[in-house]
Amino acid sequence: MIPTRESFLNWAMIAALLIVPLAAWSLDEPFIITLATKAAILALAGVGLNIALGLGGLISLGHAAFFGIGGYAMGILAAHAQNYEPLFEWPFLFEGSNQMPLIWLVAIVCSACAALVIGALSLRTSGVYFIMITLAFGQMLYYFAISWSAYGGEDGLSIWVRNDFPGLNTLDPIQFFAIAYVILCLALFFAARLARAPFGLALAAARQNADRVEAVGLTPFTLRLTAFVISGAITGLAGALFADLNRFVSPTMLSWHTSGEIMIFVILGGVGRLYGPVVGAALYILLEHLLGGISDYWQIFLGVLLLLIVLFARGGLIGALAGREKAHG
Amino acid sequence: MTYILVLEQILNGLQLGVMLFLMAAGLTLVFGVMGLINLAHGALYMVGAFAAAAVAGWTGSFLLALMASLAAAAAAGALMELVVIRRLYRRDHLDQVLATFALILIFSEGTRWLFGSFPLFLDVPSYLSGPVSLPGGIEYPLYRLTIILIGLAIAVGLFLLIARTRIGIQIRAGEADREMIAALGVDISRLYTLVFALGAALAGLAGALVGAIQSVQVGMGEPVLILAFVVIVIGGIGSIKGALAGALLVGMTDTLGGVFLPRLFTLFMEPASAASAGASLASMLIYILMAAILLVRPSGLYGGST
Repeated sequence: MIPTRESFLNWAMIAALLIVPLAAWSLDEPFIITLATKAAILALAGVGLNIALGLGGLISLGHAAFFGIGGYAMGILAAHAQNYEPLFEWPFLFEGSNQMPLIWLVAIVCSACAALVIGALSLRTSGVYFIMITLAFGQMLYYFAISWSAYGGEDGLSIWVRNDFPGLNTLDPIQFFAIAYVILCLALFFAARLARAPFGLALAAARQNADRVEAVGLTPFTLRLTAFVISGAITGLAGALFADLNRFVSPTMLSWHTSGEIMIFVILGGVGRLYGPVVGAALYILLEHLLGGISDYWQIFLGVLLLLIVLFARGGLIGALAGREKAHG
Repeated sequence: MTYILVLEQILNGLQLGVMLFLMAAGLTLVFGVMGLINLAHGALYMVGAFAAAAVAGWTGSFLLALMASLAAAAAAGALMELVVIRRLYRRDHLDQVLATFALILIFSEGTRWLFGSFPLFLDVPSYLSGPVSLPGGIEYPLYRLTIILIGLAIAVGLFLLIARTRIGIQIRAGEADREMIAALGVDISRLYTLVFALGAALAGLAGALVGAIQSVQVGMGEPVLILAFVVIVIGGIGSIKGALAGALLVGMTDTLGGVFLPRLFTLFMEPASAASAGASLASMLIYILMAAILLVRPSGLYGGST
């Protein structure tokens, strides 16, 4: 494949996300490592959303649901493990867990199941109905989490110690960053393969012309639902990591502002671009850090920037730098 | 559980329902006529409430405060339409969602910057405070009853506006075929600004009326916005009649569910867990209602096929 300006940009971005924390590590600046970890995790959530949004054309405004479910999977398992209260005793004794791989598995399975139910109901509709319904289901879980007093309700759930990963010290910022970074790279690789696989091509075709896809014997509904489930599962995994980063999970993770923010990562970078969420999340963290230092009301600037991008620079940052060709679709 | 309590809660549900209708009417008109999904509608609700609280603080007059809420929200709506929204009509829904989400950030943080993070309070005027006796021996707050009456009056007014007036004919024609009415000489962009400002004014009025019961604070519009979305999804997007039906249904379900579900659960659970299980289920009830309605009618109660 001929390297395009976009693929050069992608490599530069993914390298920068590695080099910055490594430099910070050698300069002993743990705060910058934490920022980079946050960017990597939020980018992962964006990669998840981008499968539904960019590839499938499904404008989900409820992805905070999966992000939050991942977060609560971490919170609930770890809370039971740290308090020595079994999560359930039947059919076998399960005391919760503080092992990341198991937590991730639970987060993925739970958010995938939620995406299956929400997707199966929401995908009966399309267009503006789909946007509002995904939004409404997200809010439903948000209000449920607020009223669910067993796991902290409105106050959320704190974990004293970050969970373990075999062979690593997760409390060391650079080692936790490495975990997040490797997962992000795996997800990007998976998303790239998915986009080129027969499934991804069929999904993109269903976005462009559902009638023709149906005419050649494929079912757009099934394609979209599968994409929605995969998308939700990846965002759920990001939620578990995000909760582990903060050692805290609260209903805020489920609120529709979070859905909007995940969507902003995708858009700042460029919709449908494989590395769009990476660029977008990094830019978001950078803006939050830089503008947040200048003014408490930095989100005004974020709003103005987002508005300008939507109105005048529709390809996002990658589109502005690399021209209009697209990564896929 | 007496019948007085039930009647009181039905009135509370009606009150929530008419306020939701004021929000949902603007949303559904804007979608029906311009094909635009506006997430920033909740910001206009907030603008109305803040304008009312500020004017009530300066003048002490509740009536002037309500006027101010209408004027400020309509002005903010018209400005929003002229500067941003009109560039979005031909864009896809994703651009509309993002641009109006950006407007929320700008409006919310701008309001926080102007008024601070602490909630403001808007007092119910003395001539509307206190209870009133209704037939059947019910004591009900006069202010809430006034809200219900104002909401119902506006609903009637809106139906008359749309069914009987020239501007209503243009709005309906705009829903059916916007190229055609532009060709017939109607200034379509002025019509759009007008519809948007009308929806904004209704949202602002709702914000001011509810602001006197709850506190006036940044972000107050968003929970209402989402309820209004549920309302218009249930009613069918673009239908005023659907918005009214959906608003009353959601208002009743939310209010009655919140009060009676925990009590219902005590019949077969111990009180403490019944209260929390009932509250959890009640908070999800309207969404379950929405899902159930969509299973039967994917485009809402009064929606055409989309």
